[in-house]
Amino acid sequence: MALTNEQLEQYTAELKAFIADHKDIDGPLMPIMQKAQELFGYLSLDTQKIIADALDIPVSEVYGVATFYAQFSLQPKGENIISVCTGTACYVKGAQAVLDEVVNILGVDPGQTSADGKFTIQDTRCLGCCGLAPVMTVNHDVYGRLTAGDVKGILEKY
Amino acid sequence: MKSLAELAAIREQMQDQVALRIGGKADEKSKVRAHVLVCAGTGCTSSGSHKVVEALKEQLQAKNLQEEIKIVTTGCFGLCALGPVMIVYPEGTFYSRVTAEDIPEIVEEHFVNGKPVERLEYKDPLADNKTLPLPETSFYKKQHRVALRNCGVINPEIIEEYIAMGGYQALGKVLTEMTPADVIQTIKDSGLRGRGGGGFPTGTKWQFAANSVSDKKYVVCNADEGDPGAFMDRSVLEGDPHAVLEAMAIAGYAIGADEGYIYVRAEYPIAVQRLNIAVGQAREKGLLGKDIFGTGFNFDIQVRLGSGAFVCGEETALLTSIEGHRGEPRPRPPFPAVKGLFGQPTIINNVETYANVAQIIINGADWFASMGTEKSKGTKVFALGGKITNTGLVEVPMGTTLREVLYEIGGGIPGGKKFKAAQTGGPSGGCIPASLIDTPIDYDSLISIGSMMGSGGLIVMDEDNCMVDIAKFFLEFTVDESCGKCTPCRLGTRRMLEILTRITEGKGEDGDIEKLEELAMNIKATALCGLGQTAPNPVLSTLRYFRDEYEAHIYEKRCPAGHCKKLAKIMIDPEKCKGCSLCSKVCPVNAISGQVKSPFVIDQEKCIKCGTCVEKCRFGAIVKK
Amino acid sequence: MNMVTLTIDGIQVTVPSNYTILEAAREAHITIPTLCYLKDINQIGACRICLVEVAGARGLMASCVTQVGEGMEVKTNTEKLRKARKLNLELLLSDHNRECTSCVRSENCEFQKLCREYGVEDYPYDGAKAPAELDDFSPSIVRDNSKCIKCRRCVAVCTNVQKIGAIGAIGRGFKSKIACAFDKSLADSPCVNCGQCITACPVGALREKSSIDEVWMAINDPDKYVVVQPAPAVRASIGEEFGMAMGTPTTGKLAAALKRLGFDKVFDTDFGADMTIMEEGTELIARLNDKDAVLPMITSCSPGWVKYCETFFPDFIPNLSSCKSPHEMLGAAVKSYFAEKNNIDPAKIFVVSVMPCTAKKFEAKRPELSNNGLADVDCVLTVRELARMIKQAGINYAELPDEDFDDLLGESTGAGVIFGATGGVMEAALRTVYEKVTGKTLEKVDFEAVRGTEGIKEAEIDLDGKKIRVAVAHGTGNAKKLLESVRSGEKSYEFIEVMGCPGGCVTGGGQPIVSSSDLMVKDVKALRAKALYTEDANKPLRKSHENVQLQKLYAEYLGEPGGHKAHELLHTHYEQRPMFK
Repeated sequence: MALTNEQLEQYTAELKAFIADHKDIDGPLMPIMQKAQELFGYLSLDTQKIIADALDIPVSEVYGVATFYAQFSLQPKGENIISVCTGTACYVKGAQAVLDEVVNILGVDPGQTSADGKFTIQDTRCLGCCGLAPVMTVNHDVYGRLTAGDVKGILEKY
Repeated sequence: MKSLAELAAIREQMQDQVALRIGGKADEKSKVRAHVLVCAGTGCTSSGSHKVVEALKEQLQAKNLQEEIKIVTTGCFGLCALGPVMIVYPEGTFYSRVTAEDIPEIVEEHFVNGKPVERLEYKDPLADNKTLPLPETSFYKKQHRVALRNCGVINPEIIEEYIAMGGYQALGKVLTEMTPADVIQTIKDSGLRGRGGGGFPTGTKWQFAANSVSDKKYVVCNADEGDPGAFMDRSVLEGDPHAVLEAMAIAGYAIGADEGYIYVRAEYPIAVQRLNIAVGQAREKGLLGKDIFGTGFNFDIQVRLGSGAFVCGEETALLTSIEGHRGEPRPRPPFPAVKGLFGQPTIINNVETYANVAQIIINGADWFASMGTEKSKGTKVFALGGKITNTGLVEVPMGTTLREVLYEIGGGIPGGKKFKAAQTGGPSGGCIPASLIDTPIDYDSLISIGSMMGSGGLIVMDEDNCMVDIAKFFLEFTVDESCGKCTPCRLGTRRMLEILTRITEGKGEDGDIEKLEELAMNIKATALCGLGQTAPNPVLSTLRYFRDEYEAHIYEKRCPAGHCKKLAKIMIDPEKCKGCSLCSKVCPVNAISGQVKSPFVIDQEKCIKCGTCVEKCRFGAIVKK
Repeated sequence: MNMVTLTIDGIQVTVPSNYTILEAAREAHITIPTLCYLKDINQIGACRICLVEVAGARGLMASCVTQVGEGMEVKTNTEKLRKARKLNLELLLSDHNRECTSCVRSENCEFQKLCREYGVEDYPYDGAKAPAELDDFSPSIVRDNSKCIKCRRCVAVCTNVQKIGAIGAIGRGFKSKIACAFDKSLADSPCVNCGQCITACPVGALREKSSIDEVWMAINDPDKYVVVQPAPAVRASIGEEFGMAMGTPTTGKLAAALKRLGFDKVFDTDFGADMTIMEEGTELIARLNDKDAVLPMITSCSPGWVKYCETFFPDFIPNLSSCKSPHEMLGAAVKSYFAEKNNIDPAKIFVVSVMPCTAKKFEAKRPELSNNGLADVDCVLTVRELARMIKQAGINYAELPDEDFDDLLGESTGAGVIFGATGGVMEAALRTVYEKVTGKTLEKVDFEAVRGTEGIKEAEIDLDGKKIRVAVAHGTGNAKKLLESVRSGEKSYEFIEVMGCPGGCVTGGGQPIVSSSDLMVKDVKALRAKALYTEDANKPLRKSHENVQLQKLYAEYLGEPGGHKAHELLHTHYEQRPMFK
């Protein structure tokens, strides 16, 4: 979702305050980037520049970290985040077919956002609800014991 | 907290609060007559346990029972597949798959009328479907809970409950009665080995760090549990976080460190939250911080979050990540015990390892060493998953056989299917075939059959699982999660995956198996870190036990399990098809057509082999070949 | 230092205890192959080529990162190791653009050399290639990721040594790559074009943007009057391209070769260096005498440094000397003074600079470095490019007779020569400034305190009672450290020399590439610098203001140093630059 200018300003101020509080701890980069991700929903070049500047490290290093960890995102995400668990327990119970169906319906690959901005399919390893395998979540809603046929109905709710 | 007496006072005071749950009697003055334990672990929360708690509060209030019936939200009980689960003490009534809608009935019948609601009670399939109190179910009976001792028993967000269960006694004992050398000797004598992967002796690790001379040392807890299908550590953090904090403080005393870091997966929000609460409460009580128990010992803990990189479970990558870099492993030596976090001597143990420490201190090294096998002492927690009836967490003594775990605790394979293999050790481990089902589960036995203990994921596969595909699944994972620093892992695993992919797509060639083996051996021998070195294990172990499946794919272009889509065909048996049309309705790509009441047919060109129709057909008329 | 004794392939060696196995093996006359290793710069054990067997150790060890131990038993040459190294080479090759014949680094490629040595004759593990882009938008540097082997030597030098971090390791696993933040082009990144990444690269993934065709075209164009000028540091290194020993000065051969290539005039940037001293010395004296002037004054000869300052330390822009760099000054003089004297239309003059530097390619394109709409310098070649042209022309460089540069702008003093080494500009300036300020003859012209390869050098110079504090930094990483200490007030100087490359121009990004195995045993910075200091010592004139042709240029054309005409032609200005475009 695109942020308004007001939101941008507010979040930037919050980030800067957080940086001021945390820049002198040992190993400050990850907590600061996590805070930025939480505030903005993604890490823009401007955000990464603010962080690099404050910690006196190259932007390429921040970018290298941002692209290393799956939880950092470089683009704004869709309104709804879909995670299909492809951990082992879910996989052996047919999670791939569920994921394929999500991809099929939305027409975008994992990691991408649907053209209408409504859904982002997130790469997901083990959500930890192995008892409900195969599992997918939409935002905070958990759907368990799925088959590919259930997907359409679930997506229609959003 | 400046003295042991303060701790004892809290413990005394709290006894009454937990007595009902642990087989004791409630204080006569107390109004409380029952404890209702509701699991608030990730599994049950996903199944809606928080709604159950809400409904319970509401109903108890409505019946004015809130002072008699105490609600305790706990960590994981272990039987995740049956969630949300709820247990009522003192009698131990075990309710499974409870929904908020069931609560009025439970409150009315059970708490007002004193009659448990039988339809919701767990029925033990291994005991003629009898309803049994929790500790007597076959799932629990064979277990021996050390690391999970308090999980599902206490409210992890209340430090006093942990103290009531004997918590922080061990830290007190260590600080007031033992020298650091005593502590290390005790851990060594107990035979405790690392529960996170390689099984390195914990006491020896501590000794190395203690021997390193430095003003600053660190104690690190690896809670970046990344093996897909493994959630033991998460359950400990969610159910008994103080056990980890206490153990880290003990370790700090043993090696001379005053600072600890817990690196926990961000994908575990509940665990993170409970850890933060626990650290806050421990600080408040003076069990972390300066001058603990008035002994002059200082120790504090910081919680750091991962950000979604499996490789950070490797100890040097984890340290690099805390330091604020790409989580790439660094060469060893130097080992962390010599040069670890921020260049200082550091010990790293995983959550489950720490969860044993306080118990060892309290009960003694001999007690711990009396469990398990000669070289693998104590118990091990496994996350049972896949094609198994009782999905969930189990803790058994080392040396328990795979058969006991799968059939006597796990309840066997559902759907009358045949057991094919069990996978342990995650992406670093291997598959144990049905023929080796009587293998005792311990570090060395698993290594000898080409797998490894790993962190404790135990995924069960039945006849429908293709072993080449399973190997491919793990390689996909490894390729995706490889950090990319060293050549053999970055490129070698990728080439292996390409070969596996073409085999499962029916494009395998003569010589592919040999190439896989060559690449696998090379990666094992030359990769930079432990994860890279073990990445080929899923392929090597499946090649060892299921070579015929590889050969069938390559030479006969056939998937014996009928799993590999490109080799599979889904067919409707016209003899069995009743023409109900359900299959054509559920087909996501409209590949099935026909006239109602006459046999339907599948357009093989359109079919994406998703298998939905196979599952939905009520007449068993559709099969995957 | 504690010494330890170990056995490598049965040979006993005793080495300092902080040695790696790789270094210890050298002592036993054993070469262990390496790829990602770059002495003192990149020691990460990533490529898994330098593997050895250590008795008692689990698995094979990377010798570049494993420290020696007492009694260690090491094997470097077993069947197992040869097979492992070969397989890792084959894996690297499976993701490598194998168009070796058209690669600028062919025959000078560390990876190619190893493949040949290990008998890699096939591509058994071919598969998909990681996505790779070609970035040739920078005027100085071309990045071709299809050839990258992800050894990260470039990243280490850019981030850890130069403290710039224009490039970094991006992404993860098979798809990881070396790139700029947000996948921008180098041209839009904070890259200062120093080219240290190129000399660090073992393969052809980084190279200079070639100008050879452009120069041949100019030479072949009958309407163009093509003037060439080689920088001071070129003479110290170009011989290496023709098999001559490192540190052999070949000034005379260089002039001879340039004449044979068909340039119309062969001048010497050393002359430009002397000019720079006249202007910069004058500027320094003026600043010293003006209590409102900005000090310390900082040299501006190095275009890598100048862009670094504009990008990372814009608050120091007023400290930069307004002088153009030597080759730009000379170019400006060619298109004015020389053109006028010889009645040539300046628009037809094409000035080629041969530089040890890739940043000079960027510098030459700065619009402010021009006069009457004509660029002072039209084209810049690196030493490597010139060597290629000489080879194309079939000139046997090593056997050439010594010849002189052309008159008018071809004379030089020892002061101009030493511009190529760190501390050289400072020393040259001090020789002239001393005499100008004191009016006395400087007897001892060698300022040893500012020589050598120490990262930051400081000295206090006594100008006959007036003391000035000077500092010299080479490599932008050292410059950063120095400027931060000035900014914080911890240090205070009147005059600072900065060269963008570690070692100065002798080890610039346009210099002949030295393999990592040679770098283990040769001190390139010192060897090449020695060639310049020897030439300086042997020169009859060693102070810039004594240059006779230069005196004539001022007398006949420019007037006073720092005067109006000089300002118009020889001085420039700077601007703050954004990190990213």
